[in-house]
Amino acid sequence: MRPSAVRLLNVLVPIKRTIDYAVKIRVNPQQTGVDTNVKHSMNPFDEIAVEEAVRLREKLKDQVKSIKVVTIGPPKAADTLRTALAMGADSGIHVEVPESAPAPEPLGVAKALRAVIEREKEKGGVDLVIMGKQAIDDDAGQTGQMLAGIMGWAQATFASKLVVDTGKNEATVTREIDGGLEEVRCKLPAVVTTDLRLNEPRYASLPNIMKAKKKPIEKVSPSDLGVNLTPIFETIKVTEPPKRTGGQKVESVDELVARLKQAGIAAVKS
Amino acid sequence: MASMIVRNFSFAVKTRRSLFLGRAIVRTYASAPSPHALVYLEHRGGQLDSGSLSAVTAATQLGGQVTGLVVGSPEEVPGVVEKAKSLKGLTTLLHSSSPSYAHPLPEIVAPLLQKLLSSSQPYTHVVSAHSSSAKSLLPRVAAQLDVPALSDVTSVSHESDSNTTTFTRPIYAGNAVATVRAPSSLPVKFFTVRTTAFAAAPSDSSSSVEVKSLDPVQAASPTEHISLSLTTSSRPELSTAARVVSGGRALKNAETFEKTIYPLADLLGAAVGASRAAVDAGYCDNSLQVGQTGKVVAPELYMAIGISGAIQHLAGMKDSKMIVAVNKDPEAPIFQVADVGLVADLYEAVPQIIEKMKE
Repeated sequence: MRPSAVRLLNVLVPIKRTIDYAVKIRVNPQQTGVDTNVKHSMNPFDEIAVEEAVRLREKLKDQVKSIKVVTIGPPKAADTLRTALAMGADSGIHVEVPESAPAPEPLGVAKALRAVIEREKEKGGVDLVIMGKQAIDDDAGQTGQMLAGIMGWAQATFASKLVVDTGKNEATVTREIDGGLEEVRCKLPAVVTTDLRLNEPRYASLPNIMKAKKKPIEKVSPSDLGVNLTPIFETIKVTEPPKRTGGQKVESVDELVARLKQAGIAAVKS
Repeated sequence: MASMIVRNFSFAVKTRRSLFLGRAIVRTYASAPSPHALVYLEHRGGQLDSGSLSAVTAATQLGGQVTGLVVGSPEEVPGVVEKAKSLKGLTTLLHSSSPSYAHPLPEIVAPLLQKLLSSSQPYTHVVSAHSSSAKSLLPRVAAQLDVPALSDVTSVSHESDSNTTTFTRPIYAGNAVATVRAPSSLPVKFFTVRTTAFAAAPSDSSSSVEVKSLDPVQAASPTEHISLSLTTSSRPELSTAARVVSGGRALKNAETFEKTIYPLADLLGAAVGASRAAVDAGYCDNSLQVGQTGKVVAPELYMAIGISGAIQHLAGMKDSKMIVAVNKDPEAPIFQVADVGLVADLYEAVPQIIEKMKE
């Protein structure tokens, strides 16, 4: 009998180009959205996902056959793909949507990812999807779960630790849940979504940035994939949140305590 | 030319009439169903999660029937059902128990929800708290039913005439608020609620809730639960506490964090929170993080000690009633939202505050 071959992992990392996390966003006067004429970068949770995929290869060496990054976004999202390639991904897939198109919803994105995964079948398939737990623009936090749902795959959300055993074809994941931590074991293929504490993403070095320019990026359109990215929910308006009337300073601890007491806040124990 | 216009006009009239007739017929056969929400009720240690009580309130605001669903192990479920059946606003309570539901992983519970939602019972909305377990479960089920979902909504209203539901939800770490409408063509509207935006549903012993048991759905799960480690604390739970005292990077290390923040929190009967910087530096447990990527709180009093007030932190606490900040840096952004700000060294100020609050 032949010894069972060790499974070679094909990792897919979906990433999103978002407004940079440090930018103070502004709602546009038409109340249709926010001013997007600002600095963009890779969604921070997705950077963690790319880093984790690259670390997986550093740990498992040849057992990781490929790390592919995929983005669904406007032409400029290609820069985000290059960043991921510079961090160590092998190749990119860009599902290009027009600049003017409304932002796709998580369900549409999940279906597009499913179509990408179907296409990858002939190239060895996808065994593990690592992606951010949420994008910092729409703050939905749904895409990973939706993808796992429509694929019928295992899911491990909010991962703070990931251990993959290619021999057993499974992943052990520590998840950050309300009140503490949970450890689960998933059969591959699986979708893992990253929490902040999974790792500290690396900076791409200049030589790696140069190398990334030569790595292949495949461009496809939503219609190539047979998916419709039109949102189902209708965004009626986007407004500024109510402003706080804060900004008052006091001079001393006495004054601070007086203000607390004035607001009816007393010690519960002495 | 003129005749063409006339012809077009008559055509338009005809079309309008037929549309109108069509609509009238549709109305007769299938008038917009009155809303019927299914609320996923979470529990731990035999107690209903307070977040689920807020989800019930949000569900009642749709103006129709509200069915609660309790899923868990055979040991837990009876006790939880006993508590849940007196929840004000619930019209029906479903419960399903199985040893496999003891750790309700999404892969294990999704088949039950899928079966329930695919059955003839016409639920129009599926609601839960925006908790870590519901956040993992609801989108999975929604996608399996090929419908989208909304996360972390802060208001909800249903228009029965048009069978549409309008929501508001924060985006961009709470720096913008989106108003979103779910069209009538969407058969089931899934959403999770920001629990600080809805009051907890009270208990009402006189309420008569119909209680029904539901057969568990056994499905092979590709995922298994291995272990759970919960942070235990005698202090109030962070996301529902009336008062929160939070510490930031300025606390230097775990020891000074504990020595400085805990006595003040205990004095005020407050929960302890932290900024991401403090959590990342290991001063306290991850579960105490307040912010876009941690917990969202809206207590009566939020005290930010040694926290600069990055956008991501403000996202988790700026709906607090009263914000008090102590920080050495007069330019710290936290002072822009603080009702009471004190520019001072926290190591001097906090002991003094404790001393003076005791008087």
